[in-house]
Amino acid sequence: MTELVLEAKGITKQFPGVLASDNVCFDLRQGEIHALLGENGAGKSTLMNVLYGLHKADKGEIMVNGQLAAIQSPKDSIALGIGMVHQHFMLIPVFTVAENVMLGDETVKNGALDQKTVAARINEISHQYGLDVDPNALVGSLPVGIQQRVEIVKTLYRNANIVILDEPTAVLTPQEAEDLFRIMRDLTARGVSIIFITHKLKEVLAVADRITVMRAGKVINTVLPAETNEAQLANMMVGRQVILTVDKKDHPAKDPVLEVGDFCVHDSRGLEVVHRVSFTVHGGEVLGIAGVQGNGQTELSEALTGLRLASGGRVQMAGKDVTNQPPRVITATGLAHIPEDRQRHGLVMSYSIGDNMALCDYYRAPFSKNGMMQPKALDENARQLIQAFDVRTPSSFVNAGKLSGGNQQKVIVARELSRDVKLVIANQPTRGLDVGSIEYIHSEIIKMRDRGVGVLLISAELDEIMALSDRIAVMYRGNIVATVDAKKVSREQLGLWMAGAQTA
Amino acid sequence: MDWKRFGFIALIITVLFGAVVAVGQEQQRPLLIITSMLATTISVATPLTLGALSGVFCERSGVVNIGIEGMMLSSAFFGWFTAMYLSNIYDWALMPSIITGAIVAVLAGALMGLLLGWLSITFKVDQIIGGTVINILAVGLTGFLNRQLFFGKSSLFQGTVPSSPGVFSAAHFPINEIFSPLCGSGALCLEDVNAINRVFDQKPIALLAIALVFVAHYVLFKTRWGLRTRAVGEHPKAADTVGINVERMRYVNVLIGGMLAGLGGAYFTLESIPSFEPLMTNGRGFISLAAMIFGNWTPIGAWAAALVFGASQALQINMQLFRDSIPEQWAFLQQSYVVGLTPYILTMLILTGIIGKTTPPAADGTPYEK
Repeated sequence: MTELVLEAKGITKQFPGVLASDNVCFDLRQGEIHALLGENGAGKSTLMNVLYGLHKADKGEIMVNGQLAAIQSPKDSIALGIGMVHQHFMLIPVFTVAENVMLGDETVKNGALDQKTVAARINEISHQYGLDVDPNALVGSLPVGIQQRVEIVKTLYRNANIVILDEPTAVLTPQEAEDLFRIMRDLTARGVSIIFITHKLKEVLAVADRITVMRAGKVINTVLPAETNEAQLANMMVGRQVILTVDKKDHPAKDPVLEVGDFCVHDSRGLEVVHRVSFTVHGGEVLGIAGVQGNGQTELSEALTGLRLASGGRVQMAGKDVTNQPPRVITATGLAHIPEDRQRHGLVMSYSIGDNMALCDYYRAPFSKNGMMQPKALDENARQLIQAFDVRTPSSFVNAGKLSGGNQQKVIVARELSRDVKLVIANQPTRGLDVGSIEYIHSEIIKMRDRGVGVLLISAELDEIMALSDRIAVMYRGNIVATVDAKKVSREQLGLWMAGAQTA
Repeated sequence: MDWKRFGFIALIITVLFGAVVAVGQEQQRPLLIITSMLATTISVATPLTLGALSGVFCERSGVVNIGIEGMMLSSAFFGWFTAMYLSNIYDWALMPSIITGAIVAVLAGALMGLLLGWLSITFKVDQIIGGTVINILAVGLTGFLNRQLFFGKSSLFQGTVPSSPGVFSAAHFPINEIFSPLCGSGALCLEDVNAINRVFDQKPIALLAIALVFVAHYVLFKTRWGLRTRAVGEHPKAADTVGINVERMRYVNVLIGGMLAGLGGAYFTLESIPSFEPLMTNGRGFISLAAMIFGNWTPIGAWAAALVFGASQALQINMQLFRDSIPEQWAFLQQSYVVGLTPYILTMLILTGIIGKTTPPAADGTPYEK
């Protein structure tokens, strides 16, 4: 057996109201990728924050390289060779790569920062591990995939031999994720040991040497990828049987509910990012828009929902021209919108759940009468929706900002899908959510479809597009390069279109 | 700081200087007017420069400091009181007493900085409220002590305001000595050299302020301390995860900020005039803040912006010398209070962002919670 580089024994951490980590044991072998799998709130991040010294455990001990380690702060863990790449990058956008990498471990010559030596060191690391980064680039100007590399370089710069990757693929495109997996394998080949935190089952099976599943602060089991499968892992994660495939019946499509013709949109910098796009969504069907993020999907959905002005073309919704109408008019015409950024466009974080659930209709009866809000109606509405959509919250008066990502999304879904709508535009509806919530939101979308509502689903997750859509349109550089029947297309073919390799 | 901004600053200073030259050229040669304006500008910009540097250190580390005004006012009082007490009660000579006074002023500023840090870093009080507390406290405290110590029969000096020891005298740069021999017997040339010399003959706090601008620039952008300071002001969590003590960084920077504001306060009573009056800082702390913002939170930019405000004050002072030459149709300018509005109008103008937006440090004003 290979050497254990890290051992956590009986880690217990109590937060007000939650036992985030309950007598957790975890170990890491030299040169392995050990995946830590679990839903949001299962205690993965808490365990890692304890290992990294950001939190102090109430009980338990940590052994590093066979020695008992007293980790009080990140300083101690860094000294022990532990590095962590956080889910939300710990990078300063206005600093250069070199400044970010050296921060906290600066090289100083005659009292001044020695940028040259640091840059040389970064180049050396880049070279050695195939992590191409420019030390003089401003971090804020780099794409997320590269920023993540900077984070990894940051840990290697500090001579880390244990690297913790916290949800590293959450922000990456499929290609960037592939690249990351290659880097991870390179690192382990050079003796670095990796803890890979995620809730994505496919990734775990593809890249991990061992898999430990956590649920509700406890370790459920540690398994080998060869001896398990997606269904079993999902089962362990959620604690019940999870249906990974979406069950949907065939039924004939109805009249068009959304007709988009020659639609052009400019982005905030004034560049045209959607070029004369045309498509139709019928009642009772899901049209999936596949594509790597940043190919105009964001601007397209913003322009369709009234958040951004289109620069050309027309939009008909349920037979009515709604081109460049304000959001309220479009909403009243029968649109349900699940926005891409739920915290910025979907919710008012400092409002209660009840108020958030009335955001579309607050100005009319029963929520408002003669200019006065009706607390009773708001409360009743909230209670009903919280129950119907299974929002986990102590009360309807809790601020939306206090909820977990999954529950925030449920609040939005409850508000939007409970209204009488003809069209749903869902942009990245399950990004960053756990398996249980994903399953729930998928089933709600299909319910809408079966009720005869048209659904425009925009997602960068190919699996999601393939599972839900009746037809799939692929977006590449602001154009729809292909529109196909979802049953008659392969994953590989879609991948090629998404990469711009072919047009149909 | 971009060149557009520096260009705008140069333009405004030129306009202000030009206005005085236009009015006064019948009475005096332009060079003499310009050198006199320059000397005044540099001198009166001193508290603004130091105040702005105070703001730069606090806000670069993530603590908004709107208490600069109060820090300056209390330092002006305590510095002055110390100098006077030492010279009157212990018969100290002029220099020892005002130097000690200046040190006490800096310490008083540090104490106010400590209070701001305690409120906004330890107790995470809203930083605007924390700064306001300092401003109100300074007005109340200095006004109260001023009355208690100097007025009324039972006061320290039995109801008389004793004579102040005086103020710092100007340093002398030997420009005159070096260049006047080159003039030969030209009287005008000698006058010019003399006038130029006077621009450089500034008092110690003014000279120190200029030196501190460049020291601050070096510290913030070239050293480890500066990198860490900017890091905790931009993304404290990122700094924390690489083992930097965010609270300590912020505390020390706020202390530095307090000391700089304290030195700025010393200017009022130990370098400018030898007396203290309640509310004598007269909004200069807030103008410093405007200079810091217009200078985009950089020491050199803030200094340049402080010079604009200095120039507008110099305009007010120099315009009075030539008030008889102000043409009839501009007669309203003869009222000193009209010209006196310029710094405040400029503040508003500059803060409207006509010259593009400035970006504060990302975490400026947000307490750090783990």
